[in-house]
Amino acid sequence: MIRLERRPEPSRVWTFATPFVAVALTMLAGGLMFALMGKDPVEAIRTIFWDPLFGDFASYSRPQLLVKAGPLILIAIGLSLGFRAGIWNIGAEGQYILGAIFAAATGLAFYPSETWLVFPAMIVAGALGGILWAMIPAFLRVRFGTNEVLVSLMLVYVAEALLASMALGLLRNPEGMGFPGSRNLAQYPSAANLDLIPGTGLHWGVALALITVIVGQVVMTRHQLGFRVRLAGQSPRAAVFGGVNPGWLVVVCMGISGGLAGLAGMFEVAGPAGRLGIDFNVGYGFTAIIVAFLGRLNPIGILLAGLLMALTYIGGELAQLQMNLPLAAIQMFQGMLLFFLLAIDVLTNFSFRYGRRAVA
Amino acid sequence: MSNIDPILLLSAIIIVSTPILLAAIGELVVERAGVLNLGVEGMMITGAVCGFVVATMTGLPWLGFAGAALGGALLSMIFGILTQLFLSNQVATGLALTLFGLGLSAVLGQGYIGVKGPVVPDLHLPVLREIPFLGPVLFRHDAMVYIALLIVLGVWLFLNRTRMGRVLRAVGENHDAAHALGYKVVRVRLLAIAFGGACAGLGGAYLSLVRVPQWTEGMTAGAGWIALAIVVFAGWRPGRLVLGAWLFGGATALQLALQASGGVQIPIEYLQMAPYLATILVLVILRAGRAPGSLGRPFHASS
Repeated sequence: MIRLERRPEPSRVWTFATPFVAVALTMLAGGLMFALMGKDPVEAIRTIFWDPLFGDFASYSRPQLLVKAGPLILIAIGLSLGFRAGIWNIGAEGQYILGAIFAAATGLAFYPSETWLVFPAMIVAGALGGILWAMIPAFLRVRFGTNEVLVSLMLVYVAEALLASMALGLLRNPEGMGFPGSRNLAQYPSAANLDLIPGTGLHWGVALALITVIVGQVVMTRHQLGFRVRLAGQSPRAAVFGGVNPGWLVVVCMGISGGLAGLAGMFEVAGPAGRLGIDFNVGYGFTAIIVAFLGRLNPIGILLAGLLMALTYIGGELAQLQMNLPLAAIQMFQGMLLFFLLAIDVLTNFSFRYGRRAVA
Repeated sequence: MSNIDPILLLSAIIIVSTPILLAAIGELVVERAGVLNLGVEGMMITGAVCGFVVATMTGLPWLGFAGAALGGALLSMIFGILTQLFLSNQVATGLALTLFGLGLSAVLGQGYIGVKGPVVPDLHLPVLREIPFLGPVLFRHDAMVYIALLIVLGVWLFLNRTRMGRVLRAVGENHDAAHALGYKVVRVRLLAIAFGGACAGLGGAYLSLVRVPQWTEGMTAGAGWIALAIVVFAGWRPGRLVLGAWLFGGATALQLALQASGGVQIPIEYLQMAPYLATILVLVILRAGRAPGSLGRPFHASS
C-alpha cells in the first residue's frame, strides 16, 4: 500500500528538481501526442526545443527568443507576487492590452513631433493603463469582496472589445486606406522601441524584464513587502495579526502585476508588434501564468521558465512551418507542462511511504 | 429599439442561457462538494468540439451530446486526479485545465472549421407550442433546453432530498468532519468533478450544435467563466442559478438584438462588452449565501 505522508518542511531538493522532471515528462508525453497525430515525435521535439537555438534558421529565431521571453517574464514576475499572497490576478492579458492602448494613444497623440519625451511618456501611460485596469478587480475585491479571478477575467473580454474598437475607430491609421489598425509606431522614431543592440531582439522591454528579475529577487528576499506577501500566502490570519492590511496587500499586488503587464503591452506595441491591431494580443498574459508557476513563483526561476516558454512558442511556429503541426498543439503542450509540474509538486510537500502506517 | 420583436428576444434568452446553465449547474455540484474547478471554460470548449465532431460524423446530434458529456468528464478527471490524489493547488490546476482544453479542442477540431453540422430538431410539443406568446417563447425549443432545466431540478432534489446529497454537502462544508464520520471524501469529490465535467461538456456542445451552430476555435468566448460567476451569484443554490443564467442570457440576447436591429448608434464592440460587464455588475451587487466551508481547500487524511 502506497500512501502520502506530509513532510514537516517542503523538500528543497524537489522544489528545484520539479520543473526539470516536469519538462522531461512533458517531452515524453508530448512526443506520444505528436506520434498519435502521425508526426515523427523525435523530429517534433527537436524542431521545438533544439532548432530555434541551433538549427538552420537560428540566426533569425534566436533574437525572437528574447522578444517573446521579455513580456512573459515581465508579466509573470508581477503575477508571482500576488500568487504567493493568494491574490489571483488572472486578467493580465487585459492589463497588457490596456497598457498597449494607453501607450499607443499617447504616442500617436504626439505624432509626428520629434521630441525625446514621447517614449518616456508612453512608458508612463502604458504602466498607468495596466494599473488602472487591475485596480478594478482590486477595488471590487477590497470594497465588495468580489472574486478577483472572475472580475479580472471578465475584463479581458472587455479589453479585447475595447482593443477592436480602438483599432477600427479612434486609433485607426488615417493613412491606412481604411484597413483596421493604428499607424506603425516602430516607424515613428520618437516612439519606436528598437533593439538596443541591433539584431539581438534585446529591446527596452527585455532590458526592463531583466531589471525586474533582480528587483523582484531583492523585494522577495530582503524587503518588507516580500515578507508580507509570503506571510499572507502562508497564513492570512497570522499576517493580519502581524500588521498586514489585507486590502492594502490586494491593491499593491494587483497594482504591481497590472503595471508590469501594462508595460509589457507598451513595449510590444512600440516595438515588435508596432501596430495596434485587432489581433494584437497573442495570449502572453495567460502563458505568463504557466511561466510564473513553472518558475516556482521565484524571479530567477521565472527568468528561466520565460526563456523556455518563449522557446516553445518559436519552436511551435517552426514546427508549424516545417512539419505542418497545428499551432494549437503547442498550447496543449504548454498546458501539459503545467499539469506535470502540479502533479510532481506533490513530492515537494509529501513523501511516499510504502507499507502500513505504524501504530504510534 | 422599436424593431426588436419581444417574442424573438425572450426566446433567444432561453437559447443563450442554456449552455451557461448547463455548465453552471455542474460547477455548482462540484463547489458544493468543496472543490473549486476553474477549468469550466476548458471543459466546455472540449465538449463543444467533441459534440460537434461526433454529431457530424454520425449525423446524430444526440450522440454528439453524449460524446460531449463523455469528453468533458474525461478531461475533468485530469483535474480530479491532480487535485484529489496529487493534492495540487485547485486554482492553478483549474487554470491549467482551461489552457489545455483550449489547445486540445483546437487540435481536435482542425478539420471541422466551416463544416456544417447536423440540425438539432426542436421538440414538437403538441398543444403547448400553439399557445399565443408563451408557445414560441417557451415551448418551441430543442430537447436540451428542457433537459438542462430537468438537470437543475434533479440537482436540487439530489442536494436537498437524498442521503447522498447530504453526504456531498457535508464533504463540502467540512471535509475533516465528513472524513471522521467515515465518508469517502475523495471518492465523493471525484464523482462530483466528473459530473461537473459532463455538464460543462453538454453546455459546450449546445454552443457548437444549437446556438452557433458551427465549430470555431475559442468559440466559448468566456462562457465557462460566466458560468463560474453565476454559481457565486446564485449563492450555490440551484433555483437562483436559473435566474442568474436568464439574467446573463438577457444581457447577451438584448445586445445581439440591438446589433441586428441597427437602430442604435453604439458601435458593436461596445455592445459586445455588455454580457461581461453585466456579469461583473451582478457579482458586485447581487450576492447571496455563503460559500461551502471547505471550498478550494485540499484534503489529505493526515491526522
